[in-house]
Amino acid sequence: MPKDGGIGASTKRREDVRFLTGQGNYTDDINIAGQAYVHFLRSDMAHGRINAIDTAAAAAMPGVVRIFTGADFEGIGGLPCGWQVTDRFGEPMQEPAHPVLAQGKVRHVGDPIAAVVAETPEQARDAAEAIVVDITELPAVVDMRAALAEGATKVHDDLKSNLCYDWGFVEDNREAVDAAIKGAHHVTTLELVNNRLVANPMEPRVAVGDYNRATDEHTLYTTSQNPHVIRLLMGAFVLGIPEHKLRVVAPDVGGGFGSKIFHYAEEAFCTFAAKACNRPVKWTASRSEAFITDAHGRDHVTKIELALDEEGNFLALRTETLANMGAYLSTFAPSVPTWLHGTLMAGNYKTPLIYVNVKAVFTNTVPVDAYRGAGRPEATYQLERVIDKAARELGMDPIALRRKNFVTEFPYATPVAVEYDTGDYVATMDKLEEIADIAGFADRWEKSQDDGKLRGLGVNCYIEACGIAPSNLVGQLGARAGLYDAATVRVNATGSISVMVGAHSHGQGHETSFPQVVAEMIGIDPSQVEIVHGDSSKIPFGMGTYGSRSIAVCGSAMVRATEKIINKAKKIAAHLMEASEADIELKDGQFTVAGTDKSVAWGDVTLAAYVPHNYPLEEIEPGLEETAFYDPANFTYPAGAYACEVEVDPETGKVTICSFAAADDFGNIINPMIVDGQVHGGIGQGIGQALLENAVYDENGQLLSGSYMDYAMPRADDVPFYVVDHSCQTPCTHNPLGVKGCGEAGAIGSPPAVVNAVIDALQRAGKDVSHIDMPLTPARVWAAMNG
Amino acid sequence: MPKVSMTVNGKAVSAEAEGRTLLSSYLREGLGLTGTHVGCDTSQCGACVVHVDGKAVKSCTMFAAEAEGAEVTTIEGMAAPDGTLNAIQQAFQDHHGLQCGFCTPGMVMSAAALLEENPTPTEAEVRHYLEGNICRCTGYHNIVKAILAASGQDVSGIAAE
Ligand code: FES
Ligand code: FES
Repeated sequence: MPKDGGIGASTKRREDVRFLTGQGNYTDDINIAGQAYVHFLRSDMAHGRINAIDTAAAAAMPGVVRIFTGADFEGIGGLPCGWQVTDRFGEPMQEPAHPVLAQGKVRHVGDPIAAVVAETPEQARDAAEAIVVDITELPAVVDMRAALAEGATKVHDDLKSNLCYDWGFVEDNREAVDAAIKGAHHVTTLELVNNRLVANPMEPRVAVGDYNRATDEHTLYTTSQNPHVIRLLMGAFVLGIPEHKLRVVAPDVGGGFGSKIFHYAEEAFCTFAAKACNRPVKWTASRSEAFITDAHGRDHVTKIELALDEEGNFLALRTETLANMGAYLSTFAPSVPTWLHGTLMAGNYKTPLIYVNVKAVFTNTVPVDAYRGAGRPEATYQLERVIDKAARELGMDPIALRRKNFVTEFPYATPVAVEYDTGDYVATMDKLEEIADIAGFADRWEKSQDDGKLRGLGVNCYIEACGIAPSNLVGQLGARAGLYDAATVRVNATGSISVMVGAHSHGQGHETSFPQVVAEMIGIDPSQVEIVHGDSSKIPFGMGTYGSRSIAVCGSAMVRATEKIINKAKKIAAHLMEASEADIELKDGQFTVAGTDKSVAWGDVTLAAYVPHNYPLEEIEPGLEETAFYDPANFTYPAGAYACEVEVDPETGKVTICSFAAADDFGNIINPMIVDGQVHGGIGQGIGQALLENAVYDENGQLLSGSYMDYAMPRADDVPFYVVDHSCQTPCTHNPLGVKGCGEAGAIGSPPAVVNAVIDALQRAGKDVSHIDMPLTPARVWAAMNG
Repeated sequence: MPKVSMTVNGKAVSAEAEGRTLLSSYLREGLGLTGTHVGCDTSQCGACVVHVDGKAVKSCTMFAAEAEGAEVTTIEGMAAPDGTLNAIQQAFQDHHGLQCGFCTPGMVMSAAALLEENPTPTEAEVRHYLEGNICRCTGYHNIVKAILAASGQDVSGIAAE
């Protein structure tokens, strides 16, 4: 049993108290004396040439402080892209400029044309309506295939075409894969769409810029998952503010799911305008605004082919994807369909030959970037769907076919450039069969049959690469940033501890789980440890939270820093007890000398460090504070097996999720309660993608599902209780905690299970349906059944 | 600007409000009660739920002026004066019914209204009642479980926490 509050304990979350009593401090809760409000005038057309902007009447409206247009940002850097992909011919991707406010053209509905700063939000909005924009509408490029067609209208006039890059991976495998597919006993082909999603954290984005003329210091309060990344990108590339004059604070943040990783125009604007107007400037997105400005996710159109031999062994896999980039390159957009997708195409299987081609395409739509899972759900979905289809074509049991092809020996080097350190896919599948009661399905099917419902069972596996990642590797792959993380452990004189971390918590519960680790290492009560995060002026330079990396990367940095603390504390303890340092042991917050009954308490040692009267000053410095930067040696590879049972109403096509089970291997676990919660949330989002959510554009580039009236968010009665298990644990071999990360698994693993289940239900009912694109709305399912 | 007066969390209050000022803005900006959140502009998400004269109301859907003279309870008024969490709040913490916390005030206020109406709801009734409250973090599992637990029902049979 884990110690109270130590590693492995389901400690209740300390942050809950403030959230449950309305005392959270979210960015929109921050109001600075004298602040003005900005309202952005946004393009209502998808593509247009700006001829003139007349702000005279608007500027005369009550309360208007100043109106900004693209002209105010000439000579100021655009929003940078943080990842450069090299195409399969060795050329860099096409990289367009991304101005803070539109210059010359608007390229998607929501593109900001002008910004009105006024005394109140209402005055800013009223004045924005009085701005006259002379704009010539241009044909909108929406469909990716049309965007790539000869003679298509270009989203960016100065680029060669709408093709951002044509990426091949591994390019040297291309011909061998073609040959293997050509000569195979059986090839299963599937064309599918990975639907465009909107991340929709419940807190809309907010930015508050502040400027102190006397000290020339800028502060930006923003809804970000990674304040240091924003400080670096905005300071260095957009506004030219040196780091020591720029503080970025991300206080309590109401969910992110990837959409709050990126550096957005509104952040740069508020920072810039605060200086230009010499007063604080605040922007709060409405939900409607969020829909047309937050980076969207997914939006892939894919053809996948799986070659198998007579026995069902996977021989080769080829996949071609069109990936929508939207109108501009969001911060990490180019990496999502490439390195976060192609490298995962081996899945849990020992397919020897794999080739992945991705064409990234500019369109007149909102930029697309990482959304929970980012590339890995797209990889998992196509792979697990094509395997299911292959099993049905070959008359094999889908679980048996998967088991037959599992990777069983580790480490395993895939043909797509990554090496899995540990895993046990047989164990997670065994566990899944148990917790999902797969053996009992036939009886449940009968029962549904009696009720006039079509029941289906869908199973799939997933693997993900988390803990992003070794800096030298991602640098080779095109990342323009390092991806380590950092922690400073500050032990106070009386023994309590503040840990300043680069990771950011916006729902993950770091304030509770991170202290569990430090408390366990030292043997003190976790209440003695507090976590500080989110303020670039307080925390070391860390890269923030995304890609399920917090505990694997930042947690490792925290362990390293704590180890340094313990080493120094042992030296002090040795001095206090007049013993040899080698004989000092630390247990339960007591330092003892091996083989004696001498001991000093943690608090005595920490006090000695700060009141160094009896202290080896010639050997060590006073004080007890250490920092560690941790750069992982590899990704981590969480994996698992998921099962979903559905009932389809044959009259209406409505799909009901009857049960959902997940068996995950996350390696070692710090707080099982929090891990369960992460998986629940991911499954909820995955069910949303599979059944409900879809960001739909019409041919003119208008977002049809731009509010909660049209974009179907999963609600409480769309989902069941989930059965989750993470007792299969193969610890990561290359980080000190043996942890793998759990934040994205649910969203990666669940969509194929749902779709596989619906197809299973229809096929069991004798329907000749092999695929339906997500979301599986009643209309789509009904049409497929009756098609 | 005219003043609007009401009783919020047991205290008589008064603050300026235009005719178009929403109750949510009045609470957040006028009174500084920022526990009431605004997550949408189409009356769909429920982050803004408060009680007006004992009824759960989406405060983004009501003008402040309409609540003139009313008894309003917000999330800030739910715990005991000494800070002790009420049964619903405590159940949310015990069962990990919140992650980022943004939907949480609305969830707690809706749950309180539900249990007032229906002291021992079934799982289906809880899920149905929460139709107007969106949570993006939890997949609802632990929210539903917390509400069932707050109603005094045994939730130990519900899969893993
Ligand atoms: S803010 Fe009131 S329902 Fe969304
Ligand atoms: S806890 Fe984040 S939206 Fe519900």
